[in-house]
Amino acid sequence: MADSDLDLRIWRGDAKGGELVSYRVPVTEGMVVLDAVLWAQANMASDMAVRWNCKAAKCGSCSAEIQGFPRLMCKTPIADYGDHVTVRPMRAFPLIKDLVTDVSWNYEVNKQIPPFTPSEKDMNTSEPWRMQQKDVDRVMEFRKCIECFLCQDVCHVLRNHDGKSNFYGPRFMVRIAALEMHPKDSLDRRPLLKGNAGLGYCNVTKCCTEVCPEHIKITDNAIIPLKERMDDAYFDPVRALIRRIGGGRKPKAV
Amino acid sequence: MAISEPVARPVAADRTGVKNPYSVLPNWLYPAFVVVALSLFGAYALWVVFFQPLGYVMPYLSPFDSPPITLGRIPPAIWVAWAPLVFRLSCYYYRKAYFRSFFGHPRSCAVPEPKRRYRGETAFPWVFNNFHRFAFYATVVQVGFLWFDAVIAFDFGGRFGVGFGSVLMLANVLLLSGYTFGCHAFRHLAGGDLDCFSCSLAARARHRLWRGVTILNIKHDRWAWASLFTVAATDIYIRLLLAGVLHDPRWVS
Repeated sequence: MADSDLDLRIWRGDAKGGELVSYRVPVTEGMVVLDAVLWAQANMASDMAVRWNCKAAKCGSCSAEIQGFPRLMCKTPIADYGDHVTVRPMRAFPLIKDLVTDVSWNYEVNKQIPPFTPSEKDMNTSEPWRMQQKDVDRVMEFRKCIECFLCQDVCHVLRNHDGKSNFYGPRFMVRIAALEMHPKDSLDRRPLLKGNAGLGYCNVTKCCTEVCPEHIKITDNAIIPLKERMDDAYFDPVRALIRRIGGGRKPKAV
Repeated sequence: MAISEPVARPVAADRTGVKNPYSVLPNWLYPAFVVVALSLFGAYALWVVFFQPLGYVMPYLSPFDSPPITLGRIPPAIWVAWAPLVFRLSCYYYRKAYFRSFFGHPRSCAVPEPKRRYRGETAFPWVFNNFHRFAFYATVVQVGFLWFDAVIAFDFGGRFGVGFGSVLMLANVLLLSGYTFGCHAFRHLAGGDLDCFSCSLAARARHRLWRGVTILNIKHDRWAWASLFTVAATDIYIRLLLAGVLHDPRWVS
């Protein structure tokens, strides 16, 4: 039985323009924003575009801006907001229709990151790889990412400064961190971090960490450790001297 | 389920602003607090460094003047204060604080920000934040001197004693140590740069150190504010003793 009605305001339109449309939706106990949006779609706006899948905060499909803040619709209780809620599409990505945005840029970025590459020795061994729990714990946190792209949406470099040509965004810093800290990976991605990935564009204001529905400490555990690794290669004259004495050279940014 | 009458109507753009669901505080409060707190501390620090004599009242020494270096007429704090100043200026926590508060990049999450050109930490002056580890090295030396001062603060002319100043100096150095050794750069140096924590005896030892630093690092912001407060409080207390405004309550054996 409905407890009360909700004034649900949904942004309707496409890349050419649109407007907020209000829907009166009956609220039931435990209702989340996605329930309300789907109710409006089923009963009042069958042409409304909304992307969703698991309804369990695990597929990362139903990302949107609820009262202006990036969240998963399926994980956001109506009770957090009172009697009216405004839902808009993610602002950092091109709009397709209503609440659906084109996030394909992220997949293009992903292709630019060199994948997991074990050493020759590990590649050719017939023995199973053995890794201690302490070696994989750190990386396991990054593997929780559900690719909802809320961190990409809230990142001010991508959102407010249109920095997609300069910075890969927090999601891909998490992916690079997972590869760089993997005990069996042999590649050095610091040149990429200094170059095309644009790690220097991040000014560690931690909004990505605030919005992550998987509670990954993106800034403290991925971005800052990567910045320190980049500093090892490019901003530490002591290490540069040691490297030079050992016959090594500074890796060239790509 | 009872269904209300379907109603769909266009509405004007919502002007209620961005609601951060993870905070009950208005989104201007944090930047306002940072601007006020850092400005007050900055102004006070400049006044102490450039215009104040050595802050020493037996057996207490101001953290601004430790170690006490007196060369000519140059104020002693000038030789010392640059290290913690640069350490805090390039600290990963304070970067968040001042980028949000003083520059609005961004003031709060998901809010509009100034459209002026943004280059983050790739260009002058913020590119120098990448040298944070060197400020850490300098600050470690200073924290060593502060520990020495804190121990000396319990020595009243060869007799053990406890004064309010001794307790304040001990609290100050404890909080400063928690802040300094919870630093992200130290976390990296302790073991964060390793890919394999179990591959050697040294790596296993560094992993234990890394875990310890991580515990301090989790609340780095709180250590940062608490230690900033005690530095100012310790210096103010010692200068009030120096001016004869306060009398130090103490017990001496």
